[in-house]
Amino acid sequence: MSPPLLGIEVGGRGNAPLMSSSASVDCISQSGSGLKERNYLGLSDCSSVGSSAVSNVSEEKKNNLNLNATELRLGLPGSRSPERDSDFNVLTSGKLDEKQLFPLLPSKDGICSLSQKPIVSGNKRGFSDTVDGFSEIKSSVFSDGKWMFNATGSDSGTPQSVVEAKLAGNAGINVMLSNNSSGAQPSMKKEVPTRAPQEGHNKMNGSNNNSSAPAAKAQVVGWPPIRSFRKNTLATTSKNNDEVDGKPGPGALFVKVSMDGAPYLRKVDLRTYSTYQELSSALEKMFMCFTIRQCGSQETPGREMLGENKFKDLLHGSDYVLTFEDKDGDWMLVGDVPWEMFIESCKRLKIMKGSDAIGLAPRAMEKSKNQN
Amino acid sequence: MRSFQSMLNYFPEEVLEHVFDFLTSHRDRNAVSLVCKSWYTVERFSREKVFIGNCYAISPERLISRFPRVRSLTLKGKPHFADFNLVPHDWGGYVQPWIESMAKGGVNLEELRLKRMLVSDESLELLANFFPNFKSLVLVSCEGFTTDGLAAIASNCRFLRELDLQEIEVEDRRGQWLSCFPDSCTSLVSLNFACLKGEVNLASLERLVARCRNLRSLRVNHAVPIDALQRILMQAPQLVDLGTGSFGQDPDSDSYNKLETAMQQCTSITSLSGFLEVVTARCLPAVYPICRHLTSLNLSYAAGIYSDELVKLIRHCNKLERLLVLDTIGDKGLGVVASTCKELQELRVFPSDIHGGNAAVTEEGLVAISAGCPKLNSILYFCQQMTNAALIMVAKNCPNFIRFRLATLNPTIPDAVTMQPLDEGFGAIVKSCKGLKRLSVSGLLTDQLFLYIGIYAEQLEMLSIAFAGDSDKGMFYVLNGCKKLKKLEIRDSPFGDVALLEDMGKYETMRSLWMSSCEVTLGACKTLAQKMPRLNVEIINDSDQMEASDDDKQRVEKMYLYRTLVGPRKDAPDFVWTL
Repeated sequence: MSPPLLGIEVGGRGNAPLMSSSASVDCISQSGSGLKERNYLGLSDCSSVGSSAVSNVSEEKKNNLNLNATELRLGLPGSRSPERDSDFNVLTSGKLDEKQLFPLLPSKDGICSLSQKPIVSGNKRGFSDTVDGFSEIKSSVFSDGKWMFNATGSDSGTPQSVVEAKLAGNAGINVMLSNNSSGAQPSMKKEVPTRAPQEGHNKMNGSNNNSSAPAAKAQVVGWPPIRSFRKNTLATTSKNNDEVDGKPGPGALFVKVSMDGAPYLRKVDLRTYSTYQELSSALEKMFMCFTIRQCGSQETPGREMLGENKFKDLLHGSDYVLTFEDKDGDWMLVGDVPWEMFIESCKRLKIMKGSDAIGLAPRAMEKSKNQN
Repeated sequence: MRSFQSMLNYFPEEVLEHVFDFLTSHRDRNAVSLVCKSWYTVERFSREKVFIGNCYAISPERLISRFPRVRSLTLKGKPHFADFNLVPHDWGGYVQPWIESMAKGGVNLEELRLKRMLVSDESLELLANFFPNFKSLVLVSCEGFTTDGLAAIASNCRFLRELDLQEIEVEDRRGQWLSCFPDSCTSLVSLNFACLKGEVNLASLERLVARCRNLRSLRVNHAVPIDALQRILMQAPQLVDLGTGSFGQDPDSDSYNKLETAMQQCTSITSLSGFLEVVTARCLPAVYPICRHLTSLNLSYAAGIYSDELVKLIRHCNKLERLLVLDTIGDKGLGVVASTCKELQELRVFPSDIHGGNAAVTEEGLVAISAGCPKLNSILYFCQQMTNAALIMVAKNCPNFIRFRLATLNPTIPDAVTMQPLDEGFGAIVKSCKGLKRLSVSGLLTDQLFLYIGIYAEQLEMLSIAFAGDSDKGMFYVLNGCKKLKKLEIRDSPFGDVALLEDMGKYETMRSLWMSSCEVTLGACKTLAQKMPRLNVEIINDSDQMEASDDDKQRVEKMYLYRTLVGPRKDAPDFVWTL
């Protein structure tokens, strides 16, 4: 096709390496069907921020974006209305010079990202769960903390939901404009880089997240591209995992609770409690119907701030003892270790009769001896 | 020149045939058969292995008439995107007509390898009963049969060496198919039923393994518990490839010790997979002794292994050349891989939670791998995010990629740091990896990337595009630039009629083109079909979106076209229109 490009090394260099291709490519494109220059970023020409080559992030970037580069940048096909273009320019004109650099500084980043691409409306290529995707963005490995992701983590809350809501409704340009006006530093997290519309398909005219808009959390068919066998298998396995041991991690931590003599088991989410007292009250409530003598009857009212010791007292006062099975498979008495440690190692709970539990500690030791 | 030519003409055919025996690659043989008529003739009578990349490109009859001595047939059916639910189940790709023709034609079939084809129990029965020397059945991503079909194979193929089922949903008829292997069957070399969901008779399995002394590869399914596995291993210490089945369910210490002992006996295992269910931490150390010999490790179904256990395991595997994992391994885990597995050539990282949960890998992991594993040549990487800088670094570190497939969980995500499209990153990959044959791109991408691909990806044979590009130019750059392109599949991208019709002759040089949710209209497809009689242009209208009373301007939701020598297929279902 085109002659090999000379003397260009990929990566590592400050100059936009691949941009030198622009010259010869220009020829091709111009001799071809006449590439229309598109302002990809929606900025005016001289502010062509890095949609051309991205060199090493860690390098300070003087902008030597050749204007040639702008010609190559194939931006949105022409369905954008003129007002919108000028809107963008209005937004960004003041910031053009700053824009030339690699987005090292937060505020520039924010605006830059905003003005980049209009949010596409509800055609297939746009889906607003990208918004969710963004909230997971970690800071880049190459950064030395300059990136703003984490910094603006806190403000992302509301605006993000605004975006989401609007996307589900009627987004397009309006969202971005409103975002921009609402804050000087909108988080990058709100950037929704959905597909630009194409020619001949009048989906986008600023106002349409039309009827074909996917719901905010819509899953795209066939994405991510994994075989259905794998998808189905892993779905089943993870269900099984949750059954067998409450997987530690953020989110719910459900463990089974059994009680001697009860006809069925219960499950509790350990994360909803923060102390042993809370757990024990909840369990009492759950299993009260099964006890002959109510566990809670000995509890003195007005007892606040029960520590772990008090929890043990509570148990010892009643017929029942709360025990748990830890990661190693050993049965232990609840209440010996700090709550956080307990949560991490608890796999299962059991409410035992006091008489059974008296020998618990020695029995547990024996068991672990046998297993070694 | 004349005399040399005449010398060649007197070359005895037997010698030619002998020389051609050294040619195993079908591409080489194809090339050889184009040299001259006599070479064509010699080659066609001597070819035993035939590869057909698209079962509708040719008919079984023509296959048999050209290659009467065929013994091994590889067939591929549905388009690749069928793997991702984009193609209705009954679109086609039936193996039945092939088996029938070969049975009628007296072909001495020994090996059948199918991918994305519809295989019925009837087909399997035919296979088992009409080909007395049948030895090897490999099915990948197929469907349509049950364990009854497997029973037929087990019962009747007296010399069966290989039964390999990969990623198939097989309906379980509870017929104890495994018990159908007769006691006289001792020829098995490879048995892989890891994907089966049903139960198997453990006693039969153990006996089978005991009598097949040549068994090298055994991959069992989840229904085989650890104690059975341990007994099997004691019978088959010669195994080279092991799929462990569930490997779960906390065994008692006795079983565990026996397992350890059994594993230590298996000094030849170089390939390991399985761990299909929950794995208690205490069981994994049993496999540490074999880890240091492993060259291939597939933990991509091991959702029950937590990342710290995973990492511990991998630290023992310093000879690894091929690794498949879930993204629960994390970037840190990939760092461990990078520092441990210096021989790594192929890596696949699958998503554990397709809704983009907490477990995920990012560009960091990829860069770490590229830095630590210089021999890397094939990657499939599902990640949360990516950056151009990372891809550029990867391209610099690993110029040897043959396959590079990246899928961001959010298909249009831009560079996570600069918010730019990922054009430059992927561009760096195609520029640096001069031998790149297969590429899948994702993330925010513009026509610029396709320009790079067209310019640099000279060896590219397969390209997958999703949610990318801005205009017809993108597709045009690719079709125009990639001279060796064989398969192009595009979804949800703004490429339309202009690009489609720009160079119609190109499609005859390719195996197939898939376009779904693009901008192609019915009229353009009709034009193409009309002008190119040796292409089948199929429209898949599975959701009744299109009216038969054609408005040529309406967009086509799914189009699949492929070159063919046999015209429109006769088994197309109602919703498939061949124009």
